[in-house]
Amino acid sequence: MSTDSPPTELAQKPELATGDVSGGAPEPHDAVSVAPNWKLVWWRFQKHKLAMFAGYVLIAITIIAAFPGFFSTQNPVQSITKGSFMPPQGIQFWDNGPAFFTYEMEGKRNARSLRMEWVINEERRIPLRLFGEGYEWKFLGLFPTRLHLLAVVNPEVDAPINLLGTDRLGRDQWSRLVHGTQVSLSIGLFAVFLATVIGIFLGGLSGYYGGLTDMVIQRVVELLQSIPPIPIWLALSAALPRTWSVVTTYIAITSILALISWTGLAREVRGRFLVLREEDFVVAAKLAGCGQMRIVFRHMAPTMSSHIIAAVTLAIPVMIINETFLSFLGLGLRPPAISWGVMLQEAQNLQSVALAPWLLLPGVAVIITVLALNILGDGLRDAADPYH
Amino acid sequence: MFTYILKRLLILPLLMFVFSVVAFILIQAPPGDFVTSYVAELAASGSAMDQRQIEALRELYGLDQPAYIQYFKWVSRLLVGDMGFSLDFQKPISELIGQRLLLTVILGLATLLFTFAVALPIGIISATRQYSFFDYFFTVLNYIGIATPTFMTALILMWLAFSNFGITITGLFSPEFANAPWSFARVVDLSQHLWLPMVILGLDGTARLARILRANLLDELNKPYMEMARAKGMSEWALVIKYPVRLAINPLVSSLGWYLPLIFSGSLIVATVLNLPTIGPLLLRSLISQDMFLAGTIVLTYFGLAVIGTLLSDIFLAWLDPRIRMEAA
Repeated sequence: MSTDSPPTELAQKPELATGDVSGGAPEPHDAVSVAPNWKLVWWRFQKHKLAMFAGYVLIAITIIAAFPGFFSTQNPVQSITKGSFMPPQGIQFWDNGPAFFTYEMEGKRNARSLRMEWVINEERRIPLRLFGEGYEWKFLGLFPTRLHLLAVVNPEVDAPINLLGTDRLGRDQWSRLVHGTQVSLSIGLFAVFLATVIGIFLGGLSGYYGGLTDMVIQRVVELLQSIPPIPIWLALSAALPRTWSVVTTYIAITSILALISWTGLAREVRGRFLVLREEDFVVAAKLAGCGQMRIVFRHMAPTMSSHIIAAVTLAIPVMIINETFLSFLGLGLRPPAISWGVMLQEAQNLQSVALAPWLLLPGVAVIITVLALNILGDGLRDAADPYH
Repeated sequence: MFTYILKRLLILPLLMFVFSVVAFILIQAPPGDFVTSYVAELAASGSAMDQRQIEALRELYGLDQPAYIQYFKWVSRLLVGDMGFSLDFQKPISELIGQRLLLTVILGLATLLFTFAVALPIGIISATRQYSFFDYFFTVLNYIGIATPTFMTALILMWLAFSNFGITITGLFSPEFANAPWSFARVVDLSQHLWLPMVILGLDGTARLARILRANLLDELNKPYMEMARAKGMSEWALVIKYPVRLAINPLVSSLGWYLPLIFSGSLIVATVLNLPTIGPLLLRSLISQDMFLAGTIVLTYFGLAVIGTLLSDIFLAWLDPRIRMEAA
């Protein structure tokens, strides 16, 4: 059942095929019969409300990851020595009427422990506004701007707000979290992209040609899958020179993650190929004289794509967690790079967690993102086979 | 059955050869040789090493010779049980690993037992009572279990125990037993500390296995033989346990092949956070201090554990499922 060969008696009514896609329910019965594969998948996916919700959450996270400067309130790398371990500051919305402010935090250094101790000063209010001015950042890395989603009204007088508190060096956690989202999410995406390219290529070769090619590739896959990946990741990342720049390390870590994770996708692709190779429409295409490339890309690929998209979606959260592991253990990205794992490094021991539990908040970001990706992936996988 | 096991055993040396090459490549991966970096590190901290000692080390590991000779020297020493010497700890590597390896295996097996003991009933109840409160409850719990990195669970539990009860839940022994020789009291002390890392480590796997079992069992529950057995008047529970569960459990057992290695290497991260005396934190330290032969030996140890785990699961599966042993023999 390829997309370009609908049953002939229904193909005479093409106007029904252009059913209302965005609106959801495929009402006329005939629309179902002539709809292309991706449309059937989409209709089925929409019925999965939880997966739709996860999709919206992921869109929001992606927007944040695309413009971290806009959503942050302070420069994420700027450290204020006097502002270490400040607890999260809440926003107040009500003060005998609608209001928008936060209370000032007053810090005193404890003479004994030399730690900063913070109390809320309810006497002084710091007015806030949406779309205010703050530190300068570059829109898409190109155009300098000072616009932020949330900012204090008088930046000259008032201290900036720390929505999620500050870390050991007095850096704003929220701004770091937002910037970390960009790094952690993109590393997951790039690593999966790389793994997918390798996986589809080798899995496709293996499944389409079979025979000796298949055997060699399958043995390599089995070998790689029988090696526990975590020690290898650790050893490889530890071998990266400390002198490398942030960008080089980023690329290296992405490649290391992808290098060992393509096997699952290769297996998935190969399995699909093996199933499809025997299908009637592939045999028909062959008899009709289609070239190999045309059979693979025009006839087989569209039927497989939904399965591959589902497998890829389920692979991203694994990558995100792995990057977090590596950076958390100090072998992945290193400061000054900001990722969720790098941030969680600050919470590595009991002392700092007991002192400043808000240092664990980046972990909550990891959980939410991974949860959403898993639910979305499961929804896609269920929808991937709309004829079932 | 015998031929099947023999076949599996014959692949072992080949696998271990490939793995030892991989481990050796990892040892060689950092730029420069480790003796030079060790000497540089010593010089930076103000002390120096005897020139003769340096030469002896180079000679021992064949550092001035081509890579394949270095590999051969390393492996031939490993084969006779000589793991070498850790420069960082100034101790023989076998002495460093020995005790920790035992604890790693104990923790891994305990986690495995815990996983199966919890995943089996959850999987069976979720499948037989599909769409019930139980089912939804465990589905939610499963998603969260898979999404939470193990070190997060460890950190959160550590923090909760400390802030609510004022106790620190790190380590595998109480201080007085940490370096004591094995005794009955020490085993009791270990079992009192073991459960927490066991639960943390097993959470993710429990969630996955329960989901696999649920899916497999759901496929079996609608088959005609179920109707048949009911028509004969079999009680529902005896029926479920006796037929569909036995069929649905096979994929679970074959998942042991990847799950056991995962537990062993996954314990690395939890062990680091909870400060457990397993080989994980040792690997981390040796990697950071670039004590590469210690690191290589530990990596190879992980590979060995993985191979043994896969072998055990293969044998177990063949014992459980006659179809597999007939096909292989």
